Amino acid sequence: MIIKPEPSLKDLSYLIESSGLKPSDLLNMYRRMLTIRYFEETIRKIYHEGKNPFNMASGIIRGEMHLSIGQEAVAVGTLYKVRDEDVVVSTHRPHHHAIAKGVDANKLVAEILGKVTGLCRGKGGHMHLFDKTKNFACSGIVGASFPQAAGAAFAFKYSGKDNVAIAFAGEGAANHGTFAETLNIASAWELPLILVIEDNKYADSTPKSFVMSTTFHYQRGLTYNVPSYLVDGMDVIDVYSTARKAIERARKGFGPTLIEALTYRYVGHFEGDSEEYRTKEEVEMWSSLDPIRRLENRILRLNYADNEILAKLREEARKQVQDAIDFALRSPYPDPNEALTGVFA
Amino acid sequence: MKIRGIAQAISEAIKQEMERNDRIVVLGEDVTYWGAVFGFTMGLFEKFDRKRVFDTPIAEQTFMGMAVGAAAAGLHPVVSLMFVDFLGAGFDQMYNHMAKNYYMSGGQFPMPVTIITAIGGGYGDSSQHSQVLYSLFAHLPGFKVVVPSTPYDAKGLVTKALRDPNPIVVFGHKLLTGLPFLPFEGTEEEVPDEPYEVEFGKAALRREGNDLTIISAGLMVHRSLRAAEMLQQDGISAEVIDLRTLIPLDEETIVKSAKKTGRVLIVDEDYMSYGMTGEVAFRIQAKALKDLKVPIGRLAVPDVPIPFSEPLENAVIPSIKRIYNEARKLYQGS
Repeated sequence: MIIKPEPSLKDLSYLIESSGLKPSDLLNMYRRMLTIRYFEETIRKIYHEGKNPFNMASGIIRGEMHLSIGQEAVAVGTLYKVRDEDVVVSTHRPHHHAIAKGVDANKLVAEILGKVTGLCRGKGGHMHLFDKTKNFACSGIVGASFPQAAGAAFAFKYSGKDNVAIAFAGEGAANHGTFAETLNIASAWELPLILVIEDNKYADSTPKSFVMSTTFHYQRGLTYNVPSYLVDGMDVIDVYSTARKAIERARKGFGPTLIEALTYRYVGHFEGDSEEYRTKEEVEMWSSLDPIRRLENRILRLNYADNEILAKLREEARKQVQDAIDFALRSPYPDPNEALTGVFA
Repeated sequence: MKIRGIAQAISEAIKQEMERNDRIVVLGEDVTYWGAVFGFTMGLFEKFDRKRVFDTPIAEQTFMGMAVGAAAAGLHPVVSLMFVDFLGAGFDQMYNHMAKNYYMSGGQFPMPVTIITAIGGGYGDSSQHSQVLYSLFAHLPGFKVVVPSTPYDAKGLVTKALRDPNPIVVFGHKLLTGLPFLPFEGTEEEVPDEPYEVEFGKAALRREGNDLTIISAGLMVHRSLRAAEMLQQDGISAEVIDLRTLIPLDEETIVKSAKKTGRVLIVDEDYMSYGMTGEVAFRIQAKALKDLKVPIGRLAVPDVPIPFSEPLENAVIPSIKRIYNEARKLYQGS
């Protein structure tokens, strides 16, 4: 609906089928997006506990918190069928990517809470999530994900493996020099890389209209001879069908693809954001395009599942998130002496 | 084999390790035909082709970031940072990622990356192509800082670096490279043909003495040795220590020597303040204060950029004469 008309039921089932998706895939996508949504909403709730008046250092979760509510379709659509061996490099807003990559939710929450059972034993925190088993990494530095994913793609090409690397970044990060530099080298060296821009319209508080010379970033990719697509980031099927082509192309050795997904974050840049830079009407408009509700409606209209089944999936997702929270809450903190270890391998 | 200067020794070490380990690749500007300009990768292109030696675009942040990603995915990149002065263009990927990802990931992602960079002045290249800057890296947790001064050390230290799973920066001084287009103040020496390692964190006692200790690294070791010869003619017996690696630092050797001579001069081609001289002095006083006969002396670039004009450049980079004068003053001060 953002850039393409909402398909008729007949066209929709054709689109789904031609993307190689089965009804069960749509239910899985729905389940994953819900897990992300509940995860983020629960983290948000816990984050604000003990922060009245607002103070980042108080409460159970300390520091900044960047949530991805609204952007679930981009993560799930892109990563729906990637392998554990495929590398994902994410950003300061990484939870949806991590969950979509299959990172263990228990360890994820534990890391966000600074517990020793966390992914990084409490040394990384919410912006620095790493999971070797899923080949997932992050950086809190804007624009840093592009070259790192390109490096992993380089390693795959060098080793003759048909894995791919995926860099996520916001539309603000794509104004960084690393974006242009990475497009250039990935194209020149035909690296198995997919660059995914999540265009949520604002770089922190700065509307893209004030800092971007082009309306979209995919235009920039074209000048580097990188196939570049604009997709509806609020439509998981649209994201998936494009990502699938990009991933296949990369696996076959034909080089990188740029995907720009138009999306929106329903919450502030970080928790505590007063959001003066955008209007309530705009948030409402984008809320009407909620990617989860949209998928739910399609599932029902296509008769892939009934309300009862969907309710069961919602319940499962809620429980998974609650279990992860409980696990993290009852986990111990690291021994302070651990701070002085592990600088060198 | 006889090797003149550190450049050939470094490229020899890389070549031999590349033969042993196919995970090693070379990335950087002009690393093929030009051997990274200062010769650190010379001969590798001829032997390994573009399959393992990659000329990158002039885009430091991106090829440093690629080294991070490639290391995480199992390679051991050798990255040429042509001049250390260019670190600003790629530093975020180095200090915020390469040096931290192992720690931040709770030990999941070691970062076996060997950066080789050219340092130093003394040949008229001015403020943006003559710096040393190793103290910046030594200040940031996560880097090992290697400063070879001889061909033997250069080969052994780089071999060691290429077998180490951590980010290591090798600082090769341009005036020690032995290349025909630069002045040469280094040595020619017999270097074993076979690969060998020189341990990190073990300083070399380059000259034994009893009256004072001169501590330095890189080019300054050679200038300190020449100053020590001059001091000898005055009847002053100077001990000269080559740190070899700033991280890890061989505290034991420097403290032992300070206790023995009671007088310490630290000579550094990096900037003076908040740098190597202050750090080494602190370590010594913490363990040998009572043995010191005079306050520790230091000689470094006096907190100004390296100027262009020859007399100006000579006025800031420690020379043999100035090391000699400082050492004499220190000795006579007791």
